[in-house]
Amino acid sequence: MHKFIKNLALIAALLSVAVSARAANVTVKGSDTLVILAQKWAEVYMSAHPDVKIQVTGGGSGVGFAALQNQGTDIADASRQIKAREKEACIKAFGKVPREYKVAIDGLSVYVNNANPVKDLTLAQLESIFTGQTRNWKDLGGPDAPITIYSRENSSGTYEFFKEHVLKGKDFSASAQTMPGTAALLQAINKDPNGIGYGGAAYGEGARALGIKANASSPAILPTEETVLNQTYPIWRYLYNYVNPALDKDAIHAYLDWIRSQDGQKIVKEVGYYPLPEALLSRQGLAAQK
Amino acid sequence: MTDKSKRSIGWMGLQRGHQARPLEWLVEKGILLVSFSAIAMVFLIFIFVARESLPIFLGQMNSASVQKVIPVADMDKLTPAQLQDYLGLTPKQFADMDDDTKKTLMEVKVDAAAEASKDKDAAINTTSWRYLLKPYQWTGYDKPVYIWQPVSEIQKYNIISLVIGSLKTTLVALLFSIPLALGAAIYVSQLTSPRKREFLKPAIELLAGIPSVVLGFFALIVMATVLQNIFGYQSRLNAFVAGIALGLAIIPVVFSIAEDALTSVPRSYTQAALALGSSKWQAAWKIVLPAAIPGVFAAFILGFGRAIGETMIVLMASGNASIVSWNIFDSTRTMTATIAAELAETVFGGQHYRILFMLGVLLFVVTFVSNMVAELVINRLKHKLEGKR
Repeated sequence: MHKFIKNLALIAALLSVAVSARAANVTVKGSDTLVILAQKWAEVYMSAHPDVKIQVTGGGSGVGFAALQNQGTDIADASRQIKAREKEACIKAFGKVPREYKVAIDGLSVYVNNANPVKDLTLAQLESIFTGQTRNWKDLGGPDAPITIYSRENSSGTYEFFKEHVLKGKDFSASAQTMPGTAALLQAINKDPNGIGYGGAAYGEGARALGIKANASSPAILPTEETVLNQTYPIWRYLYNYVNPALDKDAIHAYLDWIRSQDGQKIVKEVGYYPLPEALLSRQGLAAQK
Repeated sequence: MTDKSKRSIGWMGLQRGHQARPLEWLVEKGILLVSFSAIAMVFLIFIFVARESLPIFLGQMNSASVQKVIPVADMDKLTPAQLQDYLGLTPKQFADMDDDTKKTLMEVKVDAAAEASKDKDAAINTTSWRYLLKPYQWTGYDKPVYIWQPVSEIQKYNIISLVIGSLKTTLVALLFSIPLALGAAIYVSQLTSPRKREFLKPAIELLAGIPSVVLGFFALIVMATVLQNIFGYQSRLNAFVAGIALGLAIIPVVFSIAEDALTSVPRSYTQAALALGSSKWQAAWKIVLPAAIPGVFAAFILGFGRAIGETMIVLMASGNASIVSWNIFDSTRTMTATIAAELAETVFGGQHYRILFMLGVLLFVVTFVSNMVAELVINRLKHKLEGKR
């Protein structure tokens, strides 16, 4: 019986090789933050390599990891690092810890309505707003109006990153309205003079990004390429690709390398995120990180 | 056909027809099979959903994140059975896994323990009924709360806010759509001329053809802004907006069933009333409506079932904040929208996944029971009006 299955696997492998010789299929799934960038990468790469087909879908970092462990995707996009529990699930599914590649840097902006007079907030104030302690703009130097919190669905990596880094792991206020994407969130804030929300810096249309102070005495820093890359802007993160090491070869490997090459990183800038610093690129090089 | 023997039922209920036309007989049996398979399908789907959520109902899940950790160095001291149990593997997985992988898994377990929360609530099994239904004062909260925070250090799965959210939007939808749909049904079936009726009835039923995504988007972009300008409430997306949009979606359902019920009241009732000198309106309101009341009631129940199970509109237009309040102008999160928004990213077979399936079971039971009641009522009404008790 075992032999029979082995033979079947061999035949299947041969067949897949025969198919992949004609066209390599790469599936990418995961973070909604990365989805625009991933699609752009795929587009440019496919036009240069007509023999490779890349399918990109979003859904959230959690969705990407779930698909990675169910082997429903080759590459998982994530806007946060993989958790121990997800690693455990992957080991149980395919016996290896997924390989991690940093692919870009993102500064998380905090958005308010264009008409809002508040210009900057400290991290402590943000925490108190989003956990529901501070409920009125007048406590923050704004008009006497209740604060409407806009958040993201809890499958989003942006949600988890913000929760961990700004709320220090505390729960979001129950009255936070959840939006299915940064674009929808910005649209809501654009229509709501009392709204506040957070999202990737690549979107930045229709609402104003606040300056952020690390603490009350430090200067307010706006999210710009310079401040994010020299790490003076306090809310930034890496964006990642994860791949099953067994699959990290041929077309998939070439594609992952290309993403971290000059050409791939040029697109990062075009889409509105920040390219990885040179030092990190050469260190990540073409060798996989631990 | 003139021969009487041909029209008899024949031996054991088999008519001669099935020998003469075997194809028709085959098709008939085929259709019968298909209709039975529909029942089987419903049953199977329910079994699947129920099976996925069974561990929650039986209390077999444990979300407590405080677990005993064994240092990687002690791996050799464990018996295989102990190791398998510690790593949470099935015997087959354990047999197929090499030692290096097991070692990696042990390292990851140590990492997971380091990631786990130091909170006093970390030892609580939050998937037990007490935490699903009753408020509790979690660390960092100043009073006991009902809270839905499934992605958190301490996962909080209190479903009360979602149940209230579902009921709230459904209630608004029914309050908005029932008067309109019932009014339209009375008008179309009793008061209007046949020509107008021929044009009105399909027009209202065309509403059912609008995809709920389109309705949801319309509610999100246009209705939310317009209604906020009229009523001037705080949050732009709330149970009220979602309820109105939901109402639009269920109007055709309520209308067509109520209209059928009203139309099936025998004409002799109306004619008798009119002969005694009542106006058209009196006949409709005092005679026909009371006679058709069970059918109209069934229409409401069906509308309720449709509204509570609707997903796309509430996902887009309700704001999805899990607040426990009966104020319809607060943003709200329904059970269906929660399943739609969260199921995709849950770990297959994890607690969050099972809780969402449990919500699915609740919805299934509610809609199933409401539809069944409606069906029974409609049937009884038909028999009553046709004079077959």
